[in-house]
Amino acid sequence: MDAADSTKPKVSPLYDPKVRGIAYQVALCALIGVLVYGAISNAIENLTRAKIASGFGFWTTTAGFDINQTLIEYSNISTYGRAFWVGLLNTLLVAALGIVFATILGFAIGIARLSRNWLLARMAGVYVEVIRNIPLLLQLLFWYNAVLKALPEQLQESFIIPGGGFLNRRGLFLPQPVFGNGSGIAFVALILGIVAAIIFRIRIKRRHEQTGVRAPVFAIVLALVVVPPLVALALAGFPIDFIYPYPGRFNIQGGIEILPEFMALLFGLVIYTAAFIAEVVRAGLFAVSRGQTEAAYSLGLPTGPTLRLVVIPQAMRVIIPPLTSQYLNLTKNSSLAVAIGYPDLVQIFTGTVLNQTGQAVEVVTLTMAVYLTISLVTSLLMNLYDRRVALVER
Amino acid sequence: MARVMTRIALAAVLSAIASAATAQTLNTIKTRGVLNCGANGTLAGFGAPDAQGRWTGLDVDFCRAIAAAIFNDANKVKFVPLSSKDRFTALQTGEVDVLVRNTTWTSSRDTTLGLNFTGVNFYDHQAFMVRKALQVKSALELNDAAICVQQGTTTELNLADYFRARKMKLKTVTFASADEAIKAYDSKRCDGYTTDASGIRSEMRKLVNPDEHVILDDVVSKEPLGPAVRQGDDQWFDIVKWVHFAMLTAEEFGVTKANVDEQLKSDIPDLKRLLGSEGKHGEALGLTNDWAYRIIKQVGNYGEVFERNVGQGSPLKLPRGYNALWSKGGLQYAPPIR
Amino acid sequence: MTVATQAAYVASSPIPAIPPPSAHAGVIGWLRANLFSSPFNVALTIVCALLILWIVPSLLRFLLIDAVWTGADRQACLATPEHPEVGACWAFVRDRINFFVYGFYPIDQRWRVDVFFAALAFGVGWLTWLDAPRRDICLIYFFAVLPIVSFLLLHGTPGGGLPLVETAKWGGVLVTVVVAAVGIVVSLPLGVLLALGRRSEMPAVRLFSVIFIEFVRGVPLITVLFMASVMLPLFLPDTWSPDKLLRALVGVALFSAAYMAEVVRAGLQAIPRGQHEAAMAVGLSYWKAMYLIILPQALKITIPNIVNSAVGLFKDTTLVFIVGIFDLLKTVEAARGDPQWATPVTSTTGYAFVAIFYFLSCYAMSRYARYVEARLAQGDRR
Repeated sequence: MDAADSTKPKVSPLYDPKVRGIAYQVALCALIGVLVYGAISNAIENLTRAKIASGFGFWTTTAGFDINQTLIEYSNISTYGRAFWVGLLNTLLVAALGIVFATILGFAIGIARLSRNWLLARMAGVYVEVIRNIPLLLQLLFWYNAVLKALPEQLQESFIIPGGGFLNRRGLFLPQPVFGNGSGIAFVALILGIVAAIIFRIRIKRRHEQTGVRAPVFAIVLALVVVPPLVALALAGFPIDFIYPYPGRFNIQGGIEILPEFMALLFGLVIYTAAFIAEVVRAGLFAVSRGQTEAAYSLGLPTGPTLRLVVIPQAMRVIIPPLTSQYLNLTKNSSLAVAIGYPDLVQIFTGTVLNQTGQAVEVVTLTMAVYLTISLVTSLLMNLYDRRVALVER
Repeated sequence: MARVMTRIALAAVLSAIASAATAQTLNTIKTRGVLNCGANGTLAGFGAPDAQGRWTGLDVDFCRAIAAAIFNDANKVKFVPLSSKDRFTALQTGEVDVLVRNTTWTSSRDTTLGLNFTGVNFYDHQAFMVRKALQVKSALELNDAAICVQQGTTTELNLADYFRARKMKLKTVTFASADEAIKAYDSKRCDGYTTDASGIRSEMRKLVNPDEHVILDDVVSKEPLGPAVRQGDDQWFDIVKWVHFAMLTAEEFGVTKANVDEQLKSDIPDLKRLLGSEGKHGEALGLTNDWAYRIIKQVGNYGEVFERNVGQGSPLKLPRGYNALWSKGGLQYAPPIR
Repeated sequence: MTVATQAAYVASSPIPAIPPPSAHAGVIGWLRANLFSSPFNVALTIVCALLILWIVPSLLRFLLIDAVWTGADRQACLATPEHPEVGACWAFVRDRINFFVYGFYPIDQRWRVDVFFAALAFGVGWLTWLDAPRRDICLIYFFAVLPIVSFLLLHGTPGGGLPLVETAKWGGVLVTVVVAAVGIVVSLPLGVLLALGRRSEMPAVRLFSVIFIEFVRGVPLITVLFMASVMLPLFLPDTWSPDKLLRALVGVALFSAAYMAEVVRAGLQAIPRGQHEAAMAVGLSYWKAMYLIILPQALKITIPNIVNSAVGLFKDTTLVFIVGIFDLLKTVEAARGDPQWATPVTSTTGYAFVAIFYFLSCYAMSRYARYVEARLAQGDRR
């Protein structure tokens, strides 16, 4: 281009694309600057004029309210900051469990849609169409207000779950294991077992690559993880006790309590997201060329191993990116908990804390920052993975 | 480029206007021609639209009284239904001029939230409602019970305090709105429901079988409910405060909606000052001197408003209790107009 | 080489094919191939059939056979000895249908809502009918005329004419449709601008677009709505106090614009660079090249995805419920708690009604998207 410059006819700088580009950008920056400045100055003015407290001073103040599901120690004399962590952990809990179950269900349905069994394929299709076209919020309300309300309401009529659990309208109550003296050894044994299993796997893989000899990896890994802690426990004389739930004056007492709000949210998220994951899986399986399946069949592989060893590994490359975005959607959708009263981050923080402190800007900003961080970290990991599995053309 | 410059200029002008327009709530309302009143929207007896969409309630009538005092027209009010979540922001940001939404007066709301409560238009206490079938006589028997409550309210905090102070265990189930909380209670998600006693009376009518439930006598906490305004505008603060006092004074001297025209002829000095035939008490507030007359003529005195909305003339049938005048053993007491 | 061509054992015409064995043809063949090809498949078929036999009849019984169609209050929908099984309480929906459609809109003014629905339906019909005449006018109608006319119609005309109806009185299907329509009408142009911005060669423009898009897509809609309802007023001068519905609309529009931008960007990426270069070579300016060459092609192939994105937006409108706006779902939520109609089946009936409404709308939209996709594919094949 430099050589061409000398022959370039003289034009007004007004028509020079470079000058124009810079001008546009300066204008845009100025506009955004003015808007942001205006917004911030308005906010500062509004806040000072209304004498609203600002800043995160409330973080260490006593919260004063109760939360009915806490994964970490919390009581109403804890701080607002503590309440934030409780809410965040509750969000992460429901998101993590939701992701696990939605993946299982979604893969099952996605594969079922491509099944050669006509009835099964059609049913999976109907499931996907129906679930995808009904708003999630409505589904959550349905699970919470219509389905779970069909559970027994009286304490005495609770369904009894074999092994000492109860299920009624107040939730699911399960025995809570308490680890006594000596269970520490079992824990150590478990960790050692896992480490051994990982080392074993790596070595087996290397041997497989070098000699082609296969070994029953799964069974041995399972044995390595399960047997040592069991042996350790047996040696210690099984120091595990269970606190069994029992009916009290008003509620089931003791044990692990699983809230109906939690169950409804988990159900709703899993069933909704599974429909989307099924579509992702279907598209991924479609993307693997038919020749691959046919080649596998002609080698004599049955349907199951063909899927497991040939199709799915190739489909994963297509499936993983949209699957991740479904995982993110599930995490973001878990914020709908606020509609059915599950104490997640949004319900606790932008609900109760915002109301008690009145500091909308700080609270909403922080909540958004949390979700944004989750999203960005996930996309970062996603990009790393993408780079790892990208087709290397040789 | 020119377009950008105009935009910058426009933004600058706008922010200049914004800074000039602080305080002076009364003038803003007069220019606007309507009072923006933050009300509940779902609490029958205090603030809710009826089947025809006409707002009724104790809090609603208070806003009508302010409008009557300013415009001589009690209908120049726009009611903005607010949830417990957005009520304070709505007031702080000027979306509403006054918040009359059965809101409890507390020190932190008076300070860090940047509000000023002008008084108490309803003295209330927090109470529990339970099913009769549980045969609970006192809240002290509620150890380990599950209680449904609305989040972000003083109620939620009082509930936690009450149980902690008595070393009782509690399972709170919190919901974003009172409606959801009462529905969950009705479907037996909880053993009890708690909010202000007046609120329970009102919400009770949403239950399928109200007769199966009982309100316990225990007083969980004091709940002084009152109107609130933004800080920083003393004139507006005074107006809202004195509208309530004028309605109390009218009741004290027996001035009602029906007899106010007759009372204009009265020779009693207190009445003359109230109704504006003596002194310039209205003008001192930035209103006209017949401000109280307008209120009583169009809305009524405190007693009338009370009976009509929550008292014997209403489905709630609440007793006057603490809300009787001081002269009748209650707490409602107005400083003299003079 | 006189081979016995006349030999009787040589067929002079092809022998007609024998029909396949009955086990591989016809209904039985189909059944064998598709339902009973292996023991595992047989088991699957039986399980599926049992599931269908369990779900479909009970659904039909609830929705139609045992349903209560008429009645004045909850008594009609309570189980009685002579009518022990009560299905859906459609009488409840019939009784409240006006509330579900119009919310608190004044009864004598409801014709305005009907006119709005008709005008919108006309616009949507025109816009989605691919062979319709003058689709350029249609765009102006849909994106410029309709919003302004609808606003005046629904909200009232200043200075006489139609009386003012505050947005607080709007509700039900009206609000759902308004939120969705505003979301689409605003987000599409905004999304195109953001998509162009993200692909722009100007770093500042690109940076801003990327930040906006990624920020909005990284947070849940509900927090955007909270921001719009509790934070937005703080950022505006105190003399502006935007309406509650308006604030929610701003939130929904910004949110869907970010998603729309990504959809449009995918379309832009599919246009070969040569198109752009050719446009520049004939001397078109950036905007002219975009307007005349790139966008028409990019938007055309994006239509299915735009419609799918609209389906998502339509479903997401239910979230305004959480910031206290009376959309369809919220009106049903409010009505189902009314003691006058409280029965064990009222909630389920209300939800079934909303579910059917959303399912029909969304399913129709996604079928349309698929139709357009198929039509476009046809064009490509030719």
